[in-house]
Amino acid sequence: MYTNKVLKYFSEPKNYGRIKNPDGLGKVGNPICGDVMWLYFKLGKNKKGEEIIKDIKFETFGCVAAIATSNMIVDLAKGKTIKEALKISKEDIVKALGGLPPIKLHCSVLAVDALTEAIYDYLIHHKKPIPKELEKSHEQIEKEKKIIKQKYKSWITTENKLHKKAKK
Amino acid sequence: MTFGVKIKKFKLTNAFLTMNKNIIYFDYAATTPLDSRVLKKMNPYLKEKFGNPGSSHSLGQQAKSDLEKSKEIISQIIKAEPEEIIFTGSATESNNLALKGIAFLNFQKKKHIIVSAIEHDSILKPTQWLASQGWKITKLAVDKFGLIRTEDLEKAISKETVLVSIMHANNEIGTIEPIAEIGKICKRKNVLFHTDASQSFGKIPLDVKKMNIDLLTASSHKIYGPLGTGCLFIKKGVKIESLIHGGGQEFGLRSSTPNLPSIIGFAEAAKISQKSMIKESQRLIKLREKLIKGILKSIPRSRLNGHPKKRLFNNINFSFSFVEGEAIVAKLNAYGIAASTTSACASEKLEPSHVLLACGLKPQEAQGSLRISLGRWTKEKDIDFLFKVLPEIVKNLRKISPFKG
Repeated sequence: MYTNKVLKYFSEPKNYGRIKNPDGLGKVGNPICGDVMWLYFKLGKNKKGEEIIKDIKFETFGCVAAIATSNMIVDLAKGKTIKEALKISKEDIVKALGGLPPIKLHCSVLAVDALTEAIYDYLIHHKKPIPKELEKSHEQIEKEKKIIKQKYKSWITTENKLHKKAKK
Repeated sequence: MTFGVKIKKFKLTNAFLTMNKNIIYFDYAATTPLDSRVLKKMNPYLKEKFGNPGSSHSLGQQAKSDLEKSKEIISQIIKAEPEEIIFTGSATESNNLALKGIAFLNFQKKKHIIVSAIEHDSILKPTQWLASQGWKITKLAVDKFGLIRTEDLEKAISKETVLVSIMHANNEIGTIEPIAEIGKICKRKNVLFHTDASQSFGKIPLDVKKMNIDLLTASSHKIYGPLGTGCLFIKKGVKIESLIHGGGQEFGLRSSTPNLPSIIGFAEAAKISQKSMIKESQRLIKLREKLIKGILKSIPRSRLNGHPKKRLFNNINFSFSFVEGEAIVAKLNAYGIAASTTSACASEKLEPSHVLLACGLKPQEAQGSLRISLGRWTKEKDIDFLFKVLPEIVKNLRKISPFKG
């Protein structure tokens, strides 16, 4: 079901771990549904003097596809300017991995979300202008987080009730 | 699910796994390889003994007599009568026939069915559907080991109750339910009792009379028999509606030309399992206990799911905090080890196992589940190899995980 590239990016992950005092940190996903990605980056300057993503790392709780897509987005974003990094799409990740099974496509969305959230985190903390598109995607992610919380709140309570009942 | 690692074709010999050095098979609860003795028995029925049991010529009559012999073999194992066995296409079909067949016949009289929260989908989905058609369904909760409480069952049975369906042994966590007690209660309360014994048939002694079982599901491919065959025991006198109408085979309860080669194989597989049951259970319990002890000791933040003692002799189910099951299975696969998980990521529904949740695990804990099921060709050295690789796999995945505990 997975391409060799996906398996390679899963089994030999690079650039994982934490960055101390990151310039940007994006946290997306939910352990209830199965995937959590945290993405850290630090900025630096390239030879031309442009500000670029110099160091970038991920931490992921999730399946083969989640780990592979995290690893890939980190690869794709490294060395890019913020503007360029924001252009990375889920299609780019899927293409770079040689494809993903349909039920795993959401992992590529999560990877893009992790990066854009990290960039949003950087921009907002440095009081920099936030592109409209980014603002929109951030709002969408926040909204989804709330939905998941609510959706699973009722589910968790019913399961808990069932469990307590059995314990009595 | 495949992860792209090339695996040589299984050889259909008893020693197929040891001969195939590329794979260590720890997924016997999913399906089992065909035993070569079973294949040998089936062979003539795929070739010269091809008659239809419904034909009156000698080929047909021979087939009919062999079909009946198969029923006799299966019925003896569960202490039933041959005419109480209906061959079906799978355990899923048997479960559907039991639930819907009983429900349809009692329509407008009694409309309440009781199941447990940890049944297989082939029980839960039909009951969900029956609920949509107006039946009342009670799902009994389980304790942290996956055991139902018989007091709950007693309380749940009402005048409206027609059927109680509780599995013998759970497919994910291996917990064995107290079916003899359940049978007693059902008999006293005058409701029918069905048990899905797909995982236990051929592994645990069954006596439908002593256990007061009215209907029982069994499967062929879990006991080294061919795929595509299961059976349903229906106690004499229990009235049930057919789901498949046609030529009236299987006492009119399951029309279809019987799949004789597979049925012959099923009966042979059952015979072998029955004969070797005690020896095999003693051998595998030893290996199971060694594996459980070793893993719990060598991997921090690991837990055993299911009951420590009341469990199938071949089932092991762990949870590892901070990592996800599909990732573990993929890493094991790269070492040539076949195991399984019920994490959300590995399912089409993207929800973690209903069994582990019912046992009280938090969804995030249920994500890190790993089921290891042992079988006829599991060797001690397979377990030693697992000890070498699994702790390292979990450690490495935890390095990537944002949760460290």
